[in-house]
This record gives sequence, structure tokens and C-alpha cells, in this order.
Amino acid sequence: MTTKNSLLRLSIGSDLEQVDLVGVVIQSTLEQTAVDPDQTHWLVMSVREAVINAILHGNRQDPDKRVLVEVDLDGPDLIVRVEDEGQGFDPDSLPDPTAPENLLRSSGRGVFMMRQFADSIEYSFPSKRGTVVTMRKRIAPPQEEESK
Amino acid sequence: MKIEVKHREGVTIIAPKGKITIGVGDIALREAVHQALEAGAANILVELSQVTTIDSSGIGELVSAYTTVTNRGKKLALLNLPPKVADLLQITQLITVFDIYDDEDEAIKALA
Repeated sequence: MTTKNSLLRLSIGSDLEQVDLVGVVIQSTLEQTAVDPDQTHWLVMSVREAVINAILHGNRQDPDKRVLVEVDLDGPDLIVRVEDEGQGFDPDSLPDPTAPENLLRSSGRGVFMMRQFADSIEYSFPSKRGTVVTMRKRIAPPQEEESK
Repeated sequence: MKIEVKHREGVTIIAPKGKITIGVGDIALREAVHQALEAGAANILVELSQVTTIDSSGIGELVSAYTTVTNRGKKLALLNLPPKVADLLQITQLITVFDIYDDEDEAIKALA
């Protein structure tokens, strides 16, 4: 059984200017948990993409709505949870940005990029509470886990 | 984010430095490409060696620049991709769309 350690809980306004702040805070948090720099880079990028989606597509930049970012350690896994107060969406309806007909589109790659770098991504839609995206990424070497 | 623009053998070289991310570098890059086209640029080379971070908006802006330029019958190529930018272009399969060079002379020769 593993213990979940809360590393960070951040509530921000629905303003894109907050995205850099989130990135800096997440980076600092990950650096303190000995995540290697390469993984940190991609994790920060993935969290930024999730927060951008929450602000733009979830809360539609409504200044009265908040985005909540939580980072936890669950054994060897880093869990990032980004929650907005929007209307939710169907993640299966997102077009594949690598399909030939979408390759030259100027947008629509954020969730795809998050899926490439996370071990798993889940969406949930609590009633009347917007979208919650939960990303899980293993940050400890596998042999370390086996020796436990 | 700063963008340096220079000209060589009729090719406009646009060199962004820093982040190409939402709301900052993406808009600056768009404006640089539009200004180059309005100034009569023939072909454009985007030199990326000094780019520290790029996100999906930045990638989207590179695609927009590519389509804007090619729709005018001109060419846009990329030069000196940092490893993480190259990784993202590979993952998004845009590596197949762009002409990519790691040697400026070679790129200029292809675009001039």
C-alpha cells in the first residue's frame, strides 16, 4: 500500500497570464521531488496544457471561475489534477491532430501532447462542477519499486 | 521573447529567442512572419536554436506560419531545432510537413 503525499494545491483565476505562474510553481515543486530535468520539462508542459484548456475551453476565461491544480505523490507516481468550472466536454470527440486532414490545423494539439507524456489521463465530470483531468506519471525508476 | 530578423541572399531569417508559448511568443512570431511577408520577403527561414520552450500554441503558430507562407506560393523552412522542439514535431508528425535544416548555408541554398 502506498501513501499519497500532497505536494501542491493551487487555485488560480481564469486568466492566461496565470499559466506561466503555474509552470514556475510546478517546476519548483518537481525539482524538490528529485524528478529528472527531462521528465520535469515534459510534466510542466503537460500541466500547462491542461491549465490552458481549463482556462480557455473550460472556464472560457470567465473571471468568476477558478482553476484548481493539485499535485500529489502516490508511491512512485506523480498525480496531477486540474479542475475547472466549465460545462465539460466529450474527450472522445477530439479530432486526431496527426490525421492528414488535421495536420495543418493551427490548434487542437494540447490534449494529444498531454497524452504522449503522461502514463494515463482520465477525465471526469462531477455534476455541475466542470471538468477534472487527472494525469498520472511514474517518476521513480521501475527497479526501485520492485525492490520495495 | 525577442525576435531577430536578418536577410541573406534574398531569404528572410526569423530567429525567435526564448519561449514560444501561448499569449507571448506565439503572437510575436505571427507578427514577425506577417511583417516579413508585407515587406516583400521571398522565402522565410525560422531559426529556432535559441528557443527554450514551445507549447501547443507555439507549434500551432509554426503551422500557421507555414500555411500562410506556402499559400502565397513561397517557402518556409526551419533551422537548428532544439531537441525538445524536434521531439514535439516528431510526436505531432509535423516533422513530415516542414523542411528542416541544421546547416544555415544548406538552408539558404535551398531557399534562395
